Amino acid sequence: MALLEIKNLSTQFTMEQGSVQAVRDVSFTLEQGEVLGIVGESGSGKSQTMYSIIGLLAENGKVTDGSILFDGQDISPSSFKGRKDYEEAMRKIRGNTMGMIFQDPMTFLNPVLKIETQLIEPLMNHTNMSKSQAHERALELMRLVGIPSPEKRIQQYPFEFSGGMRQRIVIAMALACNPKLIIADEPTTALDVTIQAQVLELIDHLREESDSAIIMITHDLGVVAKLCDRVAIMYGGKIVEIGTDKEIFYEPKHPYTLGLLSCIANPEVDDDVELTPIPGSPPDLLNPPKGCPFVDRCEKAMKICKQYMPETTEFSKTHQCACWLNHSKVVKK
Amino acid sequence: MSEVILSVKNLKTHFDVTKGLFSKKQVVKAVDGVTFDVMKNETFGLVGESGCGKSTLGRTIVKLYDPVSGNIEFNGKDISNIKGKELKSFRKDMQMIFQDPYASLNPRMTVGEIIKEPMIIHKIYDTDKEREERVVELLKIVGLKPDHIRRYPAEFSGGQRQRIGIARALAVNPKFIVCDEPISALDVSIQAQVINLLKNIQKEMGLSYLFIAHDLSMVKHISDKIGVMYLGHMMECGPSNDVYHRPLHPYTVALLSAIPIPDPDIAKTKNRIVLEGEIPSPINPPKGCPFCTRCSKASERCYSETPQPIQVGNRLVSCFLYEK
Repeated sequence: MALLEIKNLSTQFTMEQGSVQAVRDVSFTLEQGEVLGIVGESGSGKSQTMYSIIGLLAENGKVTDGSILFDGQDISPSSFKGRKDYEEAMRKIRGNTMGMIFQDPMTFLNPVLKIETQLIEPLMNHTNMSKSQAHERALELMRLVGIPSPEKRIQQYPFEFSGGMRQRIVIAMALACNPKLIIADEPTTALDVTIQAQVLELIDHLREESDSAIIMITHDLGVVAKLCDRVAIMYGGKIVEIGTDKEIFYEPKHPYTLGLLSCIANPEVDDDVELTPIPGSPPDLLNPPKGCPFVDRCEKAMKICKQYMPETTEFSKTHQCACWLNHSKVVKK
Repeated sequence: MSEVILSVKNLKTHFDVTKGLFSKKQVVKAVDGVTFDVMKNETFGLVGESGCGKSTLGRTIVKLYDPVSGNIEFNGKDISNIKGKELKSFRKDMQMIFQDPYASLNPRMTVGEIIKEPMIIHKIYDTDKEREERVVELLKIVGLKPDHIRRYPAEFSGGQRQRIGIARALAVNPKFIVCDEPISALDVSIQAQVINLLKNIQKEMGLSYLFIAHDLSMVKHISDKIGVMYLGHMMECGPSNDVYHRPLHPYTVALLSAIPIPDPDIAKTKNRIVLEGEIPSPINPPKGCPFCTRCSKASERCYSETPQPIQVGNRLVSCFLYEK
């Protein structure tokens, strides 16, 4: 059985101007120990998909449809009696079997609490460790994520750490209770290149050590290529293509994936390959297009793309793509 | 042989960060002795991690900051200490594009007013009608529509706002544009649009750019020459292809190796050099070579003496390893 199974997940935000359909009919599964990358531009719904799963949607956000199965348990909000029950249950899961790493470590860590207090908290809440046991485990975690002289550092406050070190603390907190799933939302975006390399190396190393599954949300295809086994490409609130890393990078099927790959510069390749930008900008999810979300920017758009949402075509067991071009009844040129 | 349009020699920009009246004087040496040339119609890419002084250098060159010492020569004229009228006429030739397309446009001005303002300040056209015509022309150049002229910045997306910023910079027909991380705030698919736009404008108008960024792959793509900065110093400087394919300075080697390559086969097998530690504080930089605390090849000498730029082939490297 898969560790995480998302089926037809939809999330809406109620705004003054109407409802924003941030996540539209998203389905995927994740096996134990697997690393799934979710790639998309800002506003593509990649973060909101994750917040829907961990139950941290903003006040005006609501999961309107779909089911979320985590570790055999149905954790979709509609499966609980009320909001209170749901939040109670999620509080037991978050930080325990589901760890989280956020983009900005400074807003995640509490500035007025010592690192010790913050690291011990999940351990005391979710396990029956004593305070001294939790302290030992906290030191062990700090060593694991490569923080030098943990005995001294554990007594310090977040502001005394640099950006890279803070992100290590956040990773240590996520790992505290040996989670089955770690959700990392742009964990290296706020860091410098050389520090990013350190943190990526660390995540890569931890992945080999533990059997936690990781969902990595990012817009950096370089990070995805380095860490992920499978990749989902999101656009306009939908997953437009999903496959293994090789399928996505070497045999992309969706015009958006193709576009993304051809508009990034690859320093390994000798240059003067003209970058081919994708014209236009992403759709407004207040009024999402009736058909394919990418239709207005797609070179190969056909009449049908404007009117009907594309069906999913399966290329292999792992590789699926939602585009009319790949439909079996389309006349191939 | 093309001519030099901008020549920076041993430039230093320091900031006083002393706290309190009686405490010891503290100085951040944001730019500490940088030398480089930019040729006409060329793009000079400036890369480095946050806090290395690349933005300060850019802002010193457009004279938003005053240098402590050193020379900036623009078109053969020393501009490091110009003021008043001279400064104003210099600004007509050198413009800047900023990183944050949200903070750099006045939300209460229409797009037309924003682009017109520099023309009014520099008295380029006599009548408002001429200015309006020029604005429409500029909007077309940067890929916006003429009817956008009466709209406000809030109605545009990040990429479109950056286009407005570019149009504003072009309004006075400059010869040189300092681009301070113009694409870092944009989405990947939009970044390529802006990069291609900048390249086309350069070709058509014969501009020279100083392109500041931390995204190394994009910098390589747009630049003819590249300078790598670390802690206020220029570590290596040369033609972009050579710097990328045969980096000399140990810092350049490590920095390039840290770029995640968007290709799973390479990314998953490549042995990367992962630098230990972090950039030291510029208030209290290490003695000797700024990079010595993180360098795997550092010798005793690196801890006591600061290496000066040495010519190695077609580039300048500040490292003792390449001394003869």
